[in-house]
Amino acid sequence: MSEVMTRPPSTTPPAAADAEEPNSWTLRVRKAWERILPMEHLLPARQPYYVGSWVYVFGVVTIAALAWVFTSGVVLTFMGPQWWHDTGVGRFFNSIHFWSVQMFFLFMVLHLWGQYFMAGWRDGRAATWMIGVVIFGTSIITAFTGYVSQLNFDSEFIAVNAKDAMNGAGIGAFFNVLNFGQMYGLHVMLFPITVTLLVVVHIVMVRSRGVVKPIDPEGGAAK
Amino acid sequence: MKKQVTQQEYYRGVRMVPYDLVKELFLALAGLGIVVLVLAAALSSPDEPTVTIQQWAQSDAVDFVTTATGELAGTTTSAGYGAPYNNAGGEQSWGPIAPQIWFGQRIPIDSAGEFVIQPLKYASAESPDVASAVSTWTATGADQQQKWLASYTDALSKANYADGKVTVADGDYGPLPAMMNALLALGQSGSLDGLLTGSGHFYQVDYTKALMFMGDGGYLSGLAEDQSLAGDQWGMMNETGSYPGQTWLWLYTMWYQVWPFSSDTGVIGLNGGNADLGIVILMTLLTGALALVPLIPILRDLPRWIPIHRLIWRDYYAPKKRAARA
Repeated sequence: MSEVMTRPPSTTPPAAADAEEPNSWTLRVRKAWERILPMEHLLPARQPYYVGSWVYVFGVVTIAALAWVFTSGVVLTFMGPQWWHDTGVGRFFNSIHFWSVQMFFLFMVLHLWGQYFMAGWRDGRAATWMIGVVIFGTSIITAFTGYVSQLNFDSEFIAVNAKDAMNGAGIGAFFNVLNFGQMYGLHVMLFPITVTLLVVVHIVMVRSRGVVKPIDPEGGAAK
Repeated sequence: MKKQVTQQEYYRGVRMVPYDLVKELFLALAGLGIVVLVLAAALSSPDEPTVTIQQWAQSDAVDFVTTATGELAGTTTSAGYGAPYNNAGGEQSWGPIAPQIWFGQRIPIDSAGEFVIQPLKYASAESPDVASAVSTWTATGADQQQKWLASYTDALSKANYADGKVTVADGDYGPLPAMMNALLALGQSGSLDGLLTGSGHFYQVDYTKALMFMGDGGYLSGLAEDQSLAGDQWGMMNETGSYPGQTWLWLYTMWYQVWPFSSDTGVIGLNGGNADLGIVILMTLLTGALALVPLIPILRDLPRWIPIHRLIWRDYYAPKKRAARA
């Protein structure tokens, strides 16, 4: 027989109940979240009228491409690294992965150049730009671990060739591109998680401050 | 400390218009999905089969034997590599900057022992002739071994391959011809692929030794050059077939094509000999500069000087142009 709750339900309004818990970590986190990124900033229904250029779309398309990279990557990971070499369906999913990666980098670079010429770091947005550059670099390493995990001729030669750069920089002692197990594990787990977290941070920063105003044509350095 | 401006304050006086971010994201997902699915269905993706040691030994037996002899002589890339594989001293450095040396020998590889002698000892169990040849080799002094290796290496430049054996002109090569033809037989049978990826484990995920051995030969790199994958062919941004590769590495691979990294002499100690280290340092600095653009004068001011922003926000600037004309 299940236990019956004997205490009557509280009649205190939620806001008043919150006020009674000044030391609550949960409340502190919630208030900080509401201060940094209220829902109307995360999902605004209105934007400044100058947010009408196609350049603004590059960032969203980059996220869309990343979603396709992840979706196809999850299928390829679930089915195992040899599956796509042996079946037509597997090859098709690998092709989706391949082309969505190409699209991801294409639109990420367009987004980067667009933000550069818009000087998107102005008015306190420098950290957003810096996180974006870190995402770009991490994405390159992620893609690289994918290229050396292909289990085909391409991965063989890229690994043999690239080991010299890694070894020359001392990285090869820990990051062995000839070790498929290490590269595959990094490619399907650690680096995708890192990219995802960085993208989330990047989006939160963009949405919390809003898009930057156009560069003032009247003068003033683009700081 | 500068107070953070709220969005309400930042956008004060700016006309706000309806904008559906979620709809935009879904349209992007659908639109890009169609593009990717069409590309995947129409163009597929590259997948050249792997090259095996067996294929190498069967397709270019002389190169295989020459490489294996080089492993014994210590003249291959692997044998003279240095850290992280051995202590042969082939590391790259730039002045006091020598990270390859700092981190030491973390992936030990004895190329003569592991690529040649150990596999031959494995074959010795099946063949008394191979056992005898290996026994003779290991019982001989280093000076005599080097004499045999030198003369056999010279002779291999005019070697012939027939009936599963590499033959050279008559000479004093000790047990080397017997050893190398035994190793060739191991390679051609596929056994060497297994031996170099085995490492005493049942499950295998590490191909370091097999790839190092193949990388020492000319066969793998020859196939790569045919596909424009070599380092001096902008290979890092190429793919097998006509597919795009890692095109985002264009700047990285460009440095390998230009002075001082393409030069034997170079400048301030940077040259082709330490190009890998030099280019990694250079790219690290450039990436850092890209991240710090908001703080670097001139770089951060260029967007204001180059009026591309006027194209991006042309609707924003249009009323001011009209007002100026009026």
